[in-house]
Amino acid sequence: MSAPNPSKTLDFSTTLGNSWFPTPIFTASGCASSGKELSQFFDLKDIGAVVTKSVMLKPRHGRPTPRMAETPSGMLNSIGLQGPGIDAFLANDLPWLVSQKARVIVSIAGETAEEYTTLARKVRASSGISALEVNISCPNVENRGLVFACDPEASQRVIDSVRKTIGGEIPIIAKLSPDVTDLPLIARGVVDAGADALALINTVLGMVINLDTMKPHLGGKTGGLSGPAIRPVAVRAIYQVHSALPKIPILGMGGVSTGRDALELILAGASGVSVGTASFGNPTALVQIQSQLQELLIARGFTTLRQAIGYAHREENI
Amino acid sequence: MVGVAMTLINRHASQFMATVIGNKKVGQYHQILLHVGEMVSHCRPGNFIAISVGGDSSRMILRRAFAISRVSESVSFGGTMELIVAPHGSGSKWLCAQQEGTEIDVVTPLGTAFGIPTTPVDAVLVGGGYGSAPLFGLAEVLKSRGCRVDMLLGASTGSKIYAPMEGKRAVNSLRIYTEDGSMGEMGRVTEPLAQLVADGAVDVIYSCGPMGMLAAISKIVVGSEVIHQCAVEEAMACGIGICMTCVLPVKQSDGSTSMLRSCIDGPVMDGSDVQWDLVGKIPEAK
Repeated sequence: MSAPNPSKTLDFSTTLGNSWFPTPIFTASGCASSGKELSQFFDLKDIGAVVTKSVMLKPRHGRPTPRMAETPSGMLNSIGLQGPGIDAFLANDLPWLVSQKARVIVSIAGETAEEYTTLARKVRASSGISALEVNISCPNVENRGLVFACDPEASQRVIDSVRKTIGGEIPIIAKLSPDVTDLPLIARGVVDAGADALALINTVLGMVINLDTMKPHLGGKTGGLSGPAIRPVAVRAIYQVHSALPKIPILGMGGVSTGRDALELILAGASGVSVGTASFGNPTALVQIQSQLQELLIARGFTTLRQAIGYAHREENI
Repeated sequence: MVGVAMTLINRHASQFMATVIGNKKVGQYHQILLHVGEMVSHCRPGNFIAISVGGDSSRMILRRAFAISRVSESVSFGGTMELIVAPHGSGSKWLCAQQEGTEIDVVTPLGTAFGIPTTPVDAVLVGGGYGSAPLFGLAEVLKSRGCRVDMLLGASTGSKIYAPMEGKRAVNSLRIYTEDGSMGEMGRVTEPLAQLVADGAVDVIYSCGPMGMLAAISKIVVGSEVIHQCAVEEAMACGIGICMTCVLPVKQSDGSTSMLRSCIDGPVMDGSDVQWDLVGKIPEAK
């Protein structure tokens, strides 16, 4: 629409709330640590943003090993939010990312609504953050009751308190679980509570049983399924939520490993796409997906990324 | 601190296509030879390679990690890398089925390397099964530094011992132990090793093999001055430090325990720092 020469130029930028990103391809929380390791393979400022591993209030060891099981076109992980804690993160990891000129989305996770509030207060005092991802859907916690995103009221309560603490400057992205009966209901609840955007989807809860021990293979017994195996679940979730809340930007994720996959999520309604598990098998996946997506958009005649967002819904909107 | 070290550890790592130039069966294992070009100059004993398996439409999405057995540079082949692969799972079976001329997607060199002493020492290299593979390259480096190099290899049975002819020339002595007595002496490597440590006949132990063996060696050196550098093995999803699956409990200088990644804070670790009794468990919260 705005580009004068549609065959050559493409406005590849995107926005989540009031934050602008030059490209829609981001790392996925928990799949890039805090960026240093991937910076060995590409320049972090060349992608849309680094979404950091969800950080908690205190340092955390996570779950016992084995923490991983490969599954057909996917994998289960059971990390359990191992991390340095918010103070060490803000003192070490965030300044490093800023020094790399990376755009940073900080992901936080807590065990109680109060913890999220404390985390938000600490984040608010830091500069260089493009957005705050509130991870209320990590499947690897001891008590499934603590997966806030499975409960509309609990997820609303968390987002509400984070919104009140963080103020209006930093966009809040609520990360939701696909393991619920009515995802649009949960989505609407967190948007009403003040979320500017939604991250869809977290991993899908799964289990692998080891045939040698004849017991659950993972130390944490259950784990989160990721990889191409869950991509159709992500596409469905994004499509459903975009249909219900067409004005709310979605950071889509779930099994994206090619530009074609990223475009699929965008057509379903994602404004940005996080790449997670694909980086495990291919450290340069993010930059490859980014250039493939650009070519695919241009080949389809889009002049802006924005035109493609939710394009799969167009007949319903006539 | 770990982060700073990390940026140094993998600074030569890159992703590229390597050509398979050799694949032959050696006992129960496959000796795979890859053309890796100039990359050889950055590979150190202890480093590993992560290989994408199964081809483009594979349902195996994760790379497989293999210890680099040795690298060499020759006029006819350029830089080559040797791997010793046990065709156990579907990924390693795929790799062992690749013909000469095939191009495979690799990321290397990854992880920490064995520390090489600056002055000549008495070194004992202990390998379990095909864990011996990276020790022969290490032996060559140690010998070139004037070290005495004795090697102890163990396995459940003789066909699982990997000890190539040319490798034997790189060591002062080589003793083989099998649990069924089918090759070398009957028994385990830990028995003669305990004697060597008690006799004060060893300064540094380098080990590579099953975790049980590494833990047993760590126990033997407790109370001695002997340094134990071991190459650990834990299931990895990424090999580059981003997935946090391959962690081990490791004692820090302040006495606390951290869950460190065996891919990037290892595979070579100080055996006395690994909290072997906590592997598979979670340390007390800080």
